[in-house]
Amino acid sequence: MATTTRLTHDEKINKLNKVIDKYRGQGRKVLMQLLQEAQAVYGYLPLEVQRMVADALDLSVAEVYGVITFYSFFSLNPKGDNQISVCMGTACYVKGAQAVLDKVISELGIQVGECTQDGRFSIHACRCVGACGLAPVMMINENVYGRLTPDQIPEILAKYKEA
Amino acid sequence: MDLYRTHVLICSGTNCTALQSPQIIETMEKQLKRHGLSNEVKIVQTGCFGLCDDGPIMVVYPEGVMYYHVQPDDVAEIVTEHLLKGRFVKRLMTIQTSATGGKNYSAESSKFFAKQLRIALRNCGNINPESIDEYIGNDGYFGLAKIFREKMKPEDVIEEIKMSGLRGRGGGGFPTGLKWEFAARQQSEQKYVCCNADEGDPGAFMDRSVLEGDPHSVIEAMIIAGYAIGADQGYVYVRAEYPIAIERLKIAIEQAKQYGLLGNDILGSGFAFDIGIRLGAGAFVCGEETALMRSIEGKRGNPTPRPPFPAVKGLFDKPTILNNVETYANIPAIMLKGADWFSSYGTSRSKGTKVFALGGKINNVGLIEIPMGTTVREVVYDIGGGIPDNKAFKAVQTGGPSGGCIPASMLDTPIDYDNLIEAGSMMGSGGMIVMDEDTCMVDIAKFFLEFTVEESCGKCAPCRIGTRRMLEILEKITEGNGILKDIDDLERLAVAIREGSLCGLGQTAPNPVLSTLKRFREEYVEHVVDKKCRCGVCKGLTQYEIISDLCKMCGLCAKRCPTNCISGVLGKEPFVIDKSQCIKCGACMQACKFKAVVKR
Repeated sequence: MATTTRLTHDEKINKLNKVIDKYRGQGRKVLMQLLQEAQAVYGYLPLEVQRMVADALDLSVAEVYGVITFYSFFSLNPKGDNQISVCMGTACYVKGAQAVLDKVISELGIQVGECTQDGRFSIHACRCVGACGLAPVMMINENVYGRLTPDQIPEILAKYKEA
Repeated sequence: MDLYRTHVLICSGTNCTALQSPQIIETMEKQLKRHGLSNEVKIVQTGCFGLCDDGPIMVVYPEGVMYYHVQPDDVAEIVTEHLLKGRFVKRLMTIQTSATGGKNYSAESSKFFAKQLRIALRNCGNINPESIDEYIGNDGYFGLAKIFREKMKPEDVIEEIKMSGLRGRGGGGFPTGLKWEFAARQQSEQKYVCCNADEGDPGAFMDRSVLEGDPHSVIEAMIIAGYAIGADQGYVYVRAEYPIAIERLKIAIEQAKQYGLLGNDILGSGFAFDIGIRLGAGAFVCGEETALMRSIEGKRGNPTPRPPFPAVKGLFDKPTILNNVETYANIPAIMLKGADWFSSYGTSRSKGTKVFALGGKINNVGLIEIPMGTTVREVVYDIGGGIPDNKAFKAVQTGGPSGGCIPASMLDTPIDYDNLIEAGSMMGSGGMIVMDEDTCMVDIAKFFLEFTVEESCGKCAPCRIGTRRMLEILEKITEGNGILKDIDDLERLAVAIREGSLCGLGQTAPNPVLSTLKRFREEYVEHVVDKKCRCGVCKGLTQYEIISDLCKMCGLCAKRCPTNCISGVLGKEPFVIDKSQCIKCGACMQACKFKAVVKR
């Protein structure tokens, strides 16, 4: 199954520097784009990355941190190789998304927003992926699983555990 | 241009993509090649047809045959039977629904489509959204061209939009033409046109479907808006969660640039306009106009007090208009066909149509567009095909976390801005969630409050603290610890938050509670006084029991119980649940094959 390939730390830093150079000196108006691209290559936005971004755009680290913590898309912590997003939109909720989420939590033994010890899985409760016709829905990385029942969860997770 | 005898349209919206429509297209290409049909049959990957529950959808023209639930394995049969021999694959033309048995639909004749009128969605499911030629082939960019050909002045354009009666489709319902006029009157060297595609209402996917199915209509409308107010730069603020929509929008902007429809001297008019994409980062409050603009500026998405309104001082402190995706999608059609044509649809104060994402406990989950004035009953029973499993209709929720519930007694309400507000809900952006007898209204109110508490930006106290207090009271009630005074407190808090909050998020946050309290007060009272949840949703009020007469003493429930609190003797004594140990997980109920375990 598709797991994200693991880059070495140096490779990530290289890519990160390229992204930052692209926006260097352009000021606050490109902050959001830069953070989005930085997170895409580095995986998350720890303090060191925030310092680099602040430096490149001539902002204070506090301002960068303020923006990162405002938006749920940005993460201060590493995410799992496989990111599980259980949709908690209204259509999914009405069709039993809570039971699906509970099952994922009990199967992996971690809470929403946490990452497993081995770094393989993290759980995220998201608001509507827009696939309401398939409710309740869960996404693992880019793959959408629809019309879920709690008893299907172990089997689906197993595919990613093997990989 | 090549001519084809047959066109095969395959939906590539998010729903159908998740159901393997890309693999279907791939298989179809291979099969066509194998049978030497590649020059006769053209595959068109389209936007959403609306029937998301029955996807992946495939439509074959000129016959207009619609196939449902198509799997990659079905493609070979469709090619050899339908495309080669002209025999329809009947087994894929029928939707099986649990409530009504078999229904036979063709693309144009079904109740699902009969009561709809597609203006904003006119191209969704008809054209390939990644082809500007197909958009132009369907009168695309003609509305813009008409402005320049007839030498319409900006004020003429604004007058046309005002005459059409178009109101904001993001939920507020503010007259679009008036908004444009305010911005046009401002003297400024720099103005901006923004598009709100930060569709945050959970359970709504109208804007996503328009961007995925017809991105050029939004681009054309933004150019028209730019011309009308005197702006040369536009921004589309779109959710990062919509990768397909973002990709198609990027392609469309690139194509428009190549065709000279964006950039300098558009269509030889001397008018210049460009569009950039900005991605959201998962903050619901950024759907609020001032918060959205702060976000584009690279700041925290905190709303700012109005006035000054964005039309005076908006993005980067310049005059700015912000409209929602669906509002824009209507504009090219209005410019081309005229205000009179548009205002001939709808009710006296709400003109045209409205797109809804119909979801929840309904047979035809999907995307629909109806003329204003269609009743809730027509939407639920005719277009939506009724409630699954013959359950009873309880309510329909519109407006998401800002809206409310319309109960069964109001099913005949004609849908428009004013009627929905009168009914205690609101139009909202278009999420429409149907709820049946199994949906607990207290739990739903709690669900929406959880959402608001999480999404409150924290700037003003009534919203930040008030919604949290409301949620705590609701949690107390659903856990079985409520007292009657809690219901009164909820109501008082709700009114204070509505009056005291800075922006739309806080002002409307109490609506789900107020509307359920008004329509379903008896459910709240039951939770508090009788300590009972009639739907068995609120765990704190639910008890599992085994009916001893029905128990076959197989022990399966005891085996599944995670806390080992079910005891009995295999084949001899009926099993019993020790309620003091029970964690109410429901595993026993799922396990029992004889329906002996019940929830009370």
